[in-house]
Amino acid sequence: MVKRVAIVFLACVAICGWAIRPALAEYKVGAIFSVTGGASFLGDPEKKTAEMVVEKINQAGGINGQKINLIVYDDESDATKCNLLAKKLITQDKVVAVIGPSVSGLSLAVVPVFEKERTPLISCAASFKIVHNDKTGKPYPWIFKTPQSDSLAVEAIYTQMQKMGIRKIAIMSVTEAFGASGREELLRLAPAYKIDIVADEKYGPKDTDMMAQLTKIKGLAPQAIINWSVGPSQVTVVRNWRDLGMEKITFFQSHGFGSRKNIELAAGAAEGVFCPLGACNIAELLPADHPQKQVTMTYMNDYMAKYNEPLSSFGGHAWDAISLLADALKAVGPDKAKIREYLETKKNFVGQHGVFNFSADDHNGLTKEAFQMVVVKGKDWALAN
Amino acid sequence: MLRIHKAPMLAGALLILFFPWIARQLPTISHYPDLMVFAGIYTLITLGLSLLMGYAGQISLGHAAFFGIGAYVSGVLSTQFDCNPWLGMLLGAAVAAMVAVIVGAPSLKLRGHYLAMATLAFGIIVNIVFREEARWTGGPDGMIGIPGLSLFGLALDSAEKYYYLVWGIVAAVFLFSVNLIQSPAGRALRAIHASEAAAAAMGIPIARYKVIVFAYSAVLGSLAGSLYAHYMNFINPATFDLFFSIKLVIMIALGGMHSIWGALVGAIIVAFLSLEWLHYFEEFEVVVYGAILLLVTIFMPEGLVGAPAKLMARMRR
Amino acid sequence: MESLPFFNQLLQFIVTGLTIGAIYAMVAIGFNIIYNVTEIINLAQGEFVMLGGLVMVTVHVMWGVPLPLAFGLTVLGVTLVGVLLDRLAIRPIRKPSVMTLIIATVAASIIIKGVAMLIWGKSPYDLPAFSGRTPIDLGGVIIQPQYLWVVGFLVVVAIGLTWFFNRTIYGKAMSACADNPDAARLVGINVRHMVLLSFALSAAIGAVAGLTLTPIALMDYDRGAMLAIKGFGAAILGGLGSFPGAILGGLVLGLIEALSAGLLSSGYKDAYALIILLAVLFIRPSGILGNLEVTRFKRF
Repeated sequence: MVKRVAIVFLACVAICGWAIRPALAEYKVGAIFSVTGGASFLGDPEKKTAEMVVEKINQAGGINGQKINLIVYDDESDATKCNLLAKKLITQDKVVAVIGPSVSGLSLAVVPVFEKERTPLISCAASFKIVHNDKTGKPYPWIFKTPQSDSLAVEAIYTQMQKMGIRKIAIMSVTEAFGASGREELLRLAPAYKIDIVADEKYGPKDTDMMAQLTKIKGLAPQAIINWSVGPSQVTVVRNWRDLGMEKITFFQSHGFGSRKNIELAAGAAEGVFCPLGACNIAELLPADHPQKQVTMTYMNDYMAKYNEPLSSFGGHAWDAISLLADALKAVGPDKAKIREYLETKKNFVGQHGVFNFSADDHNGLTKEAFQMVVVKGKDWALAN
Repeated sequence: MLRIHKAPMLAGALLILFFPWIARQLPTISHYPDLMVFAGIYTLITLGLSLLMGYAGQISLGHAAFFGIGAYVSGVLSTQFDCNPWLGMLLGAAVAAMVAVIVGAPSLKLRGHYLAMATLAFGIIVNIVFREEARWTGGPDGMIGIPGLSLFGLALDSAEKYYYLVWGIVAAVFLFSVNLIQSPAGRALRAIHASEAAAAAMGIPIARYKVIVFAYSAVLGSLAGSLYAHYMNFINPATFDLFFSIKLVIMIALGGMHSIWGALVGAIIVAFLSLEWLHYFEEFEVVVYGAILLLVTIFMPEGLVGAPAKLMARMRR
Repeated sequence: MESLPFFNQLLQFIVTGLTIGAIYAMVAIGFNIIYNVTEIINLAQGEFVMLGGLVMVTVHVMWGVPLPLAFGLTVLGVTLVGVLLDRLAIRPIRKPSVMTLIIATVAASIIIKGVAMLIWGKSPYDLPAFSGRTPIDLGGVIIQPQYLWVVGFLVVVAIGLTWFFNRTIYGKAMSACADNPDAARLVGINVRHMVLLSFALSAAIGAVAGLTLTPIALMDYDRGAMLAIKGFGAAILGGLGSFPGAILGGLVLGLIEALSAGLLSSGYKDAYALIILLAVLFIRPSGILGNLEVTRFKRF
């Protein structure tokens, strides 16, 4: 028994000792990603990308002779942990700015923290609410985000539908933050594009089958279906659509479908599916004179060489966030207020997901042109137009 | 186990009182008061749950629902109706008590695994309501802009101030629960746990006692939820899902089910493990967490609190 | 695009519901096998299903082992995990109260999930369907060939278990442990072996459920808990300990989910299923086919 107590004691000492790590004089940058947990398909490529970009900067001699020290924490897709880690990064690790979190819900969870501590946050999550304070009608001063807002993806899809003469549609969404905020935008913007939503179906992120929802939609015979989800469920839904022989109803996926892995998992069922994607997914397809051609090609080649796995669009959000921050650090140094001001006035920043033009009223800096409409053809993306 | 020792209570109280000061002296643990706020919030729930599970012998796998009810009532009232947060907290507790009585009366007639499933189902249903009624709750994205608390004009806007609020409430609830356990009602609960038939034969109104304890634990859960919402300024449904319910049961089992100290120790240990210490294991975090839980279950079936007592007993021999 | 007649829709909902239900039923049967011998609700049951899917992906897709052999290897491998679970997590507990045993299975499920994440990573995996992906059109109702495999395996498992419990000496010994462990011990049955066997058997059935489900819904390390909850619900709905109850409970649960998703609101479909479950419990406190007297007899 005494031995056992001694072991426990030693373990505690070891843990404490681990916690005491020396501080170094560098540019300290924080990152919070959902590396594990339900949203790991976002956080994992984001973490890898951010680490890769920082490594590249440091190998090239750092910024203004200073190395970047990137402190990455995993929030495990949990709001409480995310909140604690945000405070820890600011008050204890004393970072100048933070990138992440990966998920809209968690980004919203830490918005109050960054506003209160007056520290810049560049979120890697989609929801418009992250950079829009409903009470003031303006962005939160200290919060920025790199992914295109859901509303832009919705507008890109609706524009494409108008071109194709589609009027009557059904929507499907997953009952998670990603699906819920996409659904909200789909419902909100439909009247402006004269689109009639005849069915509004939902399913759980761990559901094994969406045949029931699709059968109901089949009964209503719309011209197209828009599905808003991420993770394995968006593959299952495409397969079910194909199984039910609903190819005549055009299938649109959200930008969450942006990984070739999904086409592969759909095992042929994704053929003919439309989806709006950021430039980094389709780097090879872009014309040579496209402004983003160079950055996206470099990123894609670097990432695939380093990690030996296909690129997902989510990593690109982290690339944009960390590169923007590096750019700000280079220009104004490690001063929180100056970084914030610099980001707010940054124009023509060429990133993975578009050319960013920030302003005091727009802390996302993208337009719907940031999306290219693509269609799955021969197990790969092809430009739709 | 019946006698609640005065000495550990005094020592605990002093430790709680001076902990923020100690933490301030040591830079590596300077953020611990922040963690202790959450540990205190968890403790509030487990204090009630341990009375229900350890003393009355009724399992609940749905207590995250009451935690959520408190948080959402507070959140909705303070953001959409400009209600005073303290009043919101009271109303949340009232709603939780009401729900507990309505759900508890038929559920607590069920036994063992059936009760476990019924409470589990209740928890999941409540969570679905949080998720689907987006007009009120903000849906899966969560609810933002919940105001902080202030007391007599003093804004409780730092981790340290909130720490004292939460732990003050925990201390009061702890004392109240200790008195409750030692009262005739507490003895009645233990009788129910030992044998319902015998308790009924002694004239104890079993059903009523069970529902009252269920409601008491629900009120504490709701109180914890309100404190959580006003501290985080944000809530989302995932915080109150069934995995949190299971985590609460793990806290109680880890700390020791048959002692009110177990609720305290279990909540603090699990809070620190899951919110801080396990992070150092990175990819292996989940495995290490499971291994710790399994080892404690195997080698200390009485929980962490039971272990020192057993050790003492063995040393005396 | 012509619209689908209501009757066809209804049939399609039923087909879908029965398929999902068959998976729930298999998980519920796994719960019951262990519960009958030990009174434990093995919350790691869902992890067996997850492992069944992922091990099959490794053996069949990555190593290229032909289907029947891969099937056997997968079931064998997961059975081994079930045996290990009993030896490493359940048997070492010295003072087994039902509560500690449940916590032990929760701990085991966390460990299995964590190890699966380390081995297979976090991304989902696909398995080719056993007999192709060309849907069968039965007068407007569409059936995936894989659906037939799922339902077929449920039938095989049900018949196999009936034979096992009624015709073999091990099966009879297990039934005896379930009825009265002390009496079983008195007549010379090694209860420990029976517990081990129950874990092995329920792991094997979990694996079958997992590897038939994967071609329909993909599989990833995080899938186990949700399947365990659904299976537990099915076992409770049908009446804990009753095998016909588990099958009935699973199919009913699946049907309610599919019908409420199709006809009522898909956002609330899980809630409808659980509300009906609660209603059944309030009327029949031991499930549809459960025996209240037996429940009372069992300790908790």
